[in-house]
Amino acid sequence: MIKLLVFLAVLVAAPVHALTAEEALAMAAGESDARIEALNKAVAAADERTAAFIQAMADDAVRVVPGKQAFIVRDDKGFDPVTGAEMPVPEDAEDVVTNNRMRGEIDTALAALKLFARDDKVRAAAIKTLQGEADASRLPLIEKAWAAEANPALKAQLGIVRAAALLGSDDKAKRMEAARLLAGSGDPSTKTVLLERIRSEPDSEVKSVLEASLVTVEAKLAWGDRLGAMFSGISLGSILLLVALGLAITYGLMGVINMAHGELMMIGAYATYVVQGLFQKYLPGAFDWYLVAAVPVAFMASALMGALLERSVIRFLYGRPLETLLATWGISLMLMQLVRTVFGAQNVGVENPSWMSGGVAVMANLQLPWNRIIIIGFAFAVLLGMAWLISRTRLGLFVRGVTQNRPIASCMGVNTARIDTYAFALGSGIAGLAGCALSQIGNVGPDLGQGYIVDAFMVVVLGGVGQLAGTVYAALGLGVLNKFLEGWAGAVLAKIAVLVFIIIFIQKRPQGIFAMKGRSAEA
Amino acid sequence: MQRRFTLKALTAAVALAGAGTAFAQAGGTIKVGVLHSLSGTMAISETVLKDTVLMAIDEINAKGGVLGKKLEPVIVDPASNWPLFAEKTKQLLTQDKVSVIFGCWTSVSRKSVLPVVEELNGLLFYPVQYEGEELSKNVFYTGAAPNQQAIPAVDYLMSKDGGAAKRWVLLGTDYVYPRTTNKILRAYLKSKGVKETDIDEKYTPFGHSDYQTIVADIKKFSQGGKTAVVSTINGDSNVPFYKELGNAGLKAKDVPVVAFSVGEEELRGVDTKPLVGHLAAWNYFQSIKSPANTEFIKKWSAYAKAKGIAGHKDKPLTNDPMEATYIGINMWKQAVEKAKTTDVDAVIKAMAGQTFKAPSGIVSKMDEKNHHLHKSVFIGEIKADGQFNVVWKTPGPVKAKPWSPYIEGNDKKKDEPDGKSK
Repeated sequence: MIKLLVFLAVLVAAPVHALTAEEALAMAAGESDARIEALNKAVAAADERTAAFIQAMADDAVRVVPGKQAFIVRDDKGFDPVTGAEMPVPEDAEDVVTNNRMRGEIDTALAALKLFARDDKVRAAAIKTLQGEADASRLPLIEKAWAAEANPALKAQLGIVRAAALLGSDDKAKRMEAARLLAGSGDPSTKTVLLERIRSEPDSEVKSVLEASLVTVEAKLAWGDRLGAMFSGISLGSILLLVALGLAITYGLMGVINMAHGELMMIGAYATYVVQGLFQKYLPGAFDWYLVAAVPVAFMASALMGALLERSVIRFLYGRPLETLLATWGISLMLMQLVRTVFGAQNVGVENPSWMSGGVAVMANLQLPWNRIIIIGFAFAVLLGMAWLISRTRLGLFVRGVTQNRPIASCMGVNTARIDTYAFALGSGIAGLAGCALSQIGNVGPDLGQGYIVDAFMVVVLGGVGQLAGTVYAALGLGVLNKFLEGWAGAVLAKIAVLVFIIIFIQKRPQGIFAMKGRSAEA
Repeated sequence: MQRRFTLKALTAAVALAGAGTAFAQAGGTIKVGVLHSLSGTMAISETVLKDTVLMAIDEINAKGGVLGKKLEPVIVDPASNWPLFAEKTKQLLTQDKVSVIFGCWTSVSRKSVLPVVEELNGLLFYPVQYEGEELSKNVFYTGAAPNQQAIPAVDYLMSKDGGAAKRWVLLGTDYVYPRTTNKILRAYLKSKGVKETDIDEKYTPFGHSDYQTIVADIKKFSQGGKTAVVSTINGDSNVPFYKELGNAGLKAKDVPVVAFSVGEEELRGVDTKPLVGHLAAWNYFQSIKSPANTEFIKKWSAYAKAKGIAGHKDKPLTNDPMEATYIGINMWKQAVEKAKTTDVDAVIKAMAGQTFKAPSGIVSKMDEKNHHLHKSVFIGEIKADGQFNVVWKTPGPVKAKPWSPYIEGNDKKKDEPDGKSK
């Protein structure tokens, strides 16, 4: 932060004037209107101390004794905003209450100051903040920054900001020019500015130019919307894929109707939570990387639980789907209650590591969240790993052999009981991985699995039981279909429509998208 | 023979039941029913209310109980299953013979309990903000009615300090509370001159967890002018909604979201740093500075630590429904002491006009007629630590209007329950 402030040293040409205690107080306390006025006055002739003080307000680091004095508080140390000297903060000092409106004003004020920073990135961020703040009063400052801007890309962006501010001008020619310039923008805030101006524009000529610009801007924005819908469909698809992959093994290959699949995911999510807690306690420095450690832990926790279930309950019920269904459902209730007793009925908080927070702005109106991008990648990595394991390794060969024809596999010397345990543990472990991924986008609570179990079965059945490829197509297809319908009919109707679609599809084609071919024993 | 046996058995049963009642009366305890879901989807919010009732009972018992008798809690678990709420209520009233019930969260569960308490002349204290449109002689509503939460919140967002919003997204979970609240808000916004095209109403199913499309739609809608979002999303869904909001870069200063079902407890599972500035409207926040609140938080922290309540023993949080529960049980105690009996009709009469020093810093009063509390309304902005910064409040307590004037036909309805004078 301090580094940033150094850049603020070179400032506006208006007579620079040192911050006084009264000014600082006026900005920090009182009615919003008066504070904003004081703020704007201070920005027009800001020195380094003023900038530091505004920055402190933006960081919620100002305390104030009403009617007396304001203080900057950093790292539990008080500073005088005027001299910058360290000084004790009195007991009765109050936190400055900054509401949304104030925060918006402070951000724009800071952005206006940062327009003259040396660092391109700081200037770019400042310009972005100023977009949509079509305030004619800031025009002189923007003009000056625009004239001084050397970077052509930034100059173009600043030109848009300038044009937005010029829209409020009394000169018709200037408004015309501004309206034309704004057509070059692809930013959603430009649309807002144009719409507002169209409503109040008295001149019909200018109005028609404004409307033409609006059409151009909207066309650009529409692409962002389409890509965004596509991305959210793929993202939902990747989540469905993760959720269904484990089930594709336990149900698809082994034929166990495992109602506790959701709870195995929940165990994965809680394993992530526990790892997070351990990192917070013992390795706070490496906290950002807890998730990397949580992935194998979640896999192992769920795999062990799966192996335990298989050994203790499920193996006695092979070939009796109804009993399996009831038994695993009972197990799911027990697992939920167990977690509730250990961790409480409340949801637990799993934080995104900083590299998974926020998003990458692909277009002005399209920001793709990092957590979703990473989960899409993760889902495909898990898919590839599993495909490799099933088709290329000895274990995979045995699993396929046992599920296709158990007696023959047994005759060939395969220990079928052990292979069952391994396969079930593998499916459970993948459920654990899904839980680990889900902890990054949703709730982690005892009921986590309940919300996904129906979806998981839907995907596996739709894709075709016993088929990995089918699961992939079904997951992505359902994801995109769901998001497309949701954009068009709303979330409630979309959910119903998808269910109806699946019912009809299964009626027409009970074997799913891909039928099991070959000499499978049961086929 | 068969018949005689049945008759005998019946007589015996009646005698036994009679003896049971007599025992309950003479046993030196007063039974108090606690009807909150301890499992299922609503456990997240309701479990802590059960603990609040138990804390208040402990506290009252430590001071000698009520009318010289100790309070004895009877805890049942309706498991977030709406019909089970009715069954458990019946059990509490007929088998356990409780004098009063504290319970329910969702409006669906309250609607399910309502006919039972009315038929058996029981007494229910309902501690959660709700949609109004209801008034029963046997229920006291200690949560907010729409005019004590929703309408002030909208007023604030329309004001200059709230951002002077022109366009509105009404977003909720698909059930009775959000639907009715949004109906009221829509009528209210129209009365303030907001056009139909500037209101967008959206619903998601219970437990919805993928808010990408909704957030993208809000973003698109907000391009048409200053937009505010009014969220009546309930339960778990809030976490994915707020996560998506943060990741999509929708800042509070551009599109503020005001929520009616999000408090300190709901934010526990969320990283609040990207959410700073989004709002909630309640009648109580943990961050309110008042001696009564300091004491309330201290009591709760000590209780949570002593009982090892998961989550709260390390990080004690209080919220609005907890406060409403606490006020409710204390007012009931005062009313019983005033009436000198736990008889339901006498207690209902004694409840009118009861006052209690509420943790929110006001003296909360039970309305003389309409069974609702007078409450102050606070608007808070989310802070980085998951607490709320109060940015606006009503000058004084507001009287509840359970029959919202913004729903047609309500002007003819009486502001007191039918059959009260009986």
